[in-house]
Amino acid sequence: MIRALRYVGQAAVLAAFVAAVGFFSGNPSFRHFPEGEALLKVSFSHGGDRKVECRKRTPEELAELAANMRSALDCPRERVELRFEIDLDGEPLYQALLPPAGLAGDGPSRVYERFALPAGRHVLDLRLRDSRRSEGFDHVARRAVEFDAGQSVAVDFRGGEGFIIR
Amino acid sequence: MTALQRILRPAFWRLDDWTSRVFGAAWNPLYNLGALGFFFYWIVAVSGIYVYVFFDTGVTEAYDSVAYMTEDQWYLAGVMRSLHRYAGDAMVVVMVVHLIREFSYDRLRGARWFSWLTGVPIVLLVLASGITGYWLVWDQLAQYVAIATTEWLDWLPIFGEPIARNFLAPDALDDRFFTWLVFLHIAVPLLLLLALWLHLQRVSQPRINPPRGLAAASFAALLALSLVVPATSHAPADLAMVPTVLNLDWFYLGFYPLLDLWSHGTVWVTAAILTLTLAAMPWLPPFRRPAVALVNLDNCNGCARCAEDCPFNAISMERRTDGKPFDREAVVKGSLCVSCGICAGSCPTATPFRRAGALVPGIELPDATLATLRDRLDRTADPAGQQVYLIACEHGVRPETLRRPGLAVAALPCVGALPPSFIDYLLSRCGAAGVYLAGCAEGNCHFRLGDTWTEARLERRRDPGLRKRVPRERVRCDGFAPHQSVRLRRSVETFLHDVRELPTQEIPSARQLGARFGRAHGDGGVGSP
Ligand code: HEM
Ligand code: SF4
Ligand code: SF4
Repeated sequence: MIRALRYVGQAAVLAAFVAAVGFFSGNPSFRHFPEGEALLKVSFSHGGDRKVECRKRTPEELAELAANMRSALDCPRERVELRFEIDLDGEPLYQALLPPAGLAGDGPSRVYERFALPAGRHVLDLRLRDSRRSEGFDHVARRAVEFDAGQSVAVDFRGGEGFIIR
Repeated sequence: MTALQRILRPAFWRLDDWTSRVFGAAWNPLYNLGALGFFFYWIVAVSGIYVYVFFDTGVTEAYDSVAYMTEDQWYLAGVMRSLHRYAGDAMVVVMVVHLIREFSYDRLRGARWFSWLTGVPIVLLVLASGITGYWLVWDQLAQYVAIATTEWLDWLPIFGEPIARNFLAPDALDDRFFTWLVFLHIAVPLLLLLALWLHLQRVSQPRINPPRGLAAASFAALLALSLVVPATSHAPADLAMVPTVLNLDWFYLGFYPLLDLWSHGTVWVTAAILTLTLAAMPWLPPFRRPAVALVNLDNCNGCARCAEDCPFNAISMERRTDGKPFDREAVVKGSLCVSCGICAGSCPTATPFRRAGALVPGIELPDATLATLRDRLDRTADPAGQQVYLIACEHGVRPETLRRPGLAVAALPCVGALPPSFIDYLLSRCGAAGVYLAGCAEGNCHFRLGDTWTEARLERRRDPGLRKRVPRERVRCDGFAPHQSVRLRRSVETFLHDVRELPTQEIPSARQLGARFGRAHGDGGVGSP
C-alpha cells in the first residue's frame, strides 16, 4: 500500500515537472510588437569625406621625410562626422551627428535605429551631410511609403545609390 | 545573504524530507540535481545529433527541414526534436534548483568556492546554448530572438558593423551568416561540456549519473511530454514583417521581454550586476575557515585511505620525505580542505585503544582531535553498562537538545570523522550499551560522502571496517535533518529500549573503568586489544 502510494507520488512529481516544462516552454505568449503598428528601421554604414583636404607637400617637407615615405600629398585620414536627419510626415523624427568609427576616426559612421509607426502611408524626408560643408546636405530624398500593420521597412544608404528603401 | 539562507534552508530541509519519502533517499531528485543536469545534457546531445542529420543549414531550407521532422517524421525525428527542446528546458530547471540549493545549504564558501564560481559561466553557457538553438528553426521566434539578441549585443562598442544589420531586410541575410549561427549552436554546448568538467575538478567521485531508475523515469516523463505536446515552430521567418505575438520558451528566453521594456544599456548593467553578484557569493560575507586537516608523519604509514575518502580531493599521496620505510605519505592541500574530518575517520592509525604514547593519528583536524574526543567519551563512561552514546553530526540535529539520563552525547563535524574503532572502544571499554550515529539527512551529507563512507565502514565494505567482534545490534546509524529532533529523539528512545533488552554484555570491571575516569590520555592505561 505504502509502496503503491510512493509510486503514485513519484509519478505525480515527475508529471508535474514535465507539465511545467511543457507549459513554460511556450506559454504564456508575449506581445512583442503592438497591433496596428509598423516598424521603420534606419541603418547604414557610410564613411564621410576626409576631415582635412589633401595638401601638396613643400619640397622642404619632402626632404625631411624618409625616402620611402616621400609622397607628394599629405592626406590626414580622419573623416568628418555625418549629420543625419529624418522627418516623418513633415515632423522631425530623428537627428544625429554620427562620428566616424576607429581610434583614428578614419572608419565609416554607422547608425541603427528603429521606430514604431502607426500603419498607413507616411512621407519620409531623409537628409545626410557627408562632406566638410557646414550647412546644407549632400544627399536629400523624399520617400512616400505605405506601411502595412506588422510590416518592417528598412531605410539604407549606399554611397553610389543614395537612400534606398529595403 | 545569510538572512536569505536562513529562510531557504528550513524550506529545503522539509522539501528534501518530503521528496525522500516519496522517492527514497537514493532516488531523491533533489539529491541528484547535478546528475540530472548531466543526464539531460546527454539527452540533448544525442537528440541534437539525430536532429542535425535532417537539418538543412540554408536560410530558406532550414525551416522546411524542421517542419519535415515535426510533420512527416513525427514518430522519430519529431520526437527527437521535442526531446531536444524539453530536455534542454529541464536542464535549466534542475540547474536553477541546484544553484539555489547549494546556496541555501551554504555549500559555496570556504574551500568550496571553486565549484560555485565555475558554475557561473555554466549558467551563461546553458542560456547561450538554448538561445542559439532557437535561431536555427528560422521561424518568427528565431527572427525575434536573432534580432533582439544582435541589437542587444550591438550596444557594446566592440563590434564594427552592427550585427543586427544582417537581419535588416529579406535580402540581407545570407547562408554564410546562417551557417555561422549553426556553428555557434554546436560550439557553445561543447564549451559548456568543458565548463562542466572544470566544475567537478574539486569534488571527488562526483555524482554525474542519476540512479538508473530515476534516469529511466525522468526520460519516460520527457518522452511522454514529447508525444503529447510535440515541439512545434512558429510561422516561417519573414524579415519584411515584425514578429508580433510570440510563444517564448521562458526557461531560455524569459529575460527577452526586458529588452522591450528597458534600454539595452540597462539590461546590460543588470545582467553584469547579477553575474558579478552571483560570482561574489562565496565571499558574501567572508567565511572564517576552520583549521584544515594536519598530517602527523610519525603516524602515517602511507596507506592512502585518507586520500581515497577525502570528498574534496584535498589529499595527495607524495614521495616519502622522512626516511621511514614507506613509499608514500599523505599531504593535505590546505586550500582544498573543508575541515570535515572524514580523513581522520579513515586513518587506520586513529585507534583509541592505543595507550602507548598520545593518541595522535596520521591525519586529523587540529580543532577536533581524536584525543579530545576520547577523553570526553572516557569521562562519560558508565560503569553500569547501561549508557547509550549518541555521536551526532554538527550539520544535523543539535545533540545537546536530546540530553537525558542514560544518554551521553558528542558532536563531530561529520559522522564520517569517527573512526569505526571508536565504536568498538565505546562498547568494549567504556561500558556502552549501544552507539547511535546520527548523521545529517540521509543522502544529503553536508560533506558529500561522510554518510556513504560511514555506512560502508560499518558494513565492512570499506576500510577501515568495523571489527567483526562488535555486536552490530548495538550500533545504529541514521540521518536526520536539523529540524527532525523529534524523530531522532524517538529513534534514540527505541534504540535505548532495544539495547537494554539485549543480554548484558561483558563489560569492563568497575575498577578498570574507574581507573580511567578523569585520567589524562597517553598514560599507558590499557594496552591494545
Ligand atoms: C547544468 C549545470 C550544472 C550541472 C550539470 C552541475 C553538476 C554538478 C555536479 C554533478 C556536482 C557534484 C555533486 C556531488 O556529487 O556532490 C555539482 C556540485 C556543485 N555545483 Fe553544480 N552543476 C551545474 C551548475 C551549477 C551552477 C550554475 C552552480 C552555481 C553557480 C553550481 C554550483 C555547484 C556547487 C557549489 C557544487 C558543490 C559542491 C560541494 O562543494 O559539495 N552548479 N554540480
Ligand atoms: S589514512 Fe592515515 S596512515 Fe593512511 S595515508 Fe592517510 S594519514 Fe597516512
Ligand atoms: S578534513 Fe580531511 S577529508 Fe575533509 S576535506 Fe580536509 S583533507 Fe579532505
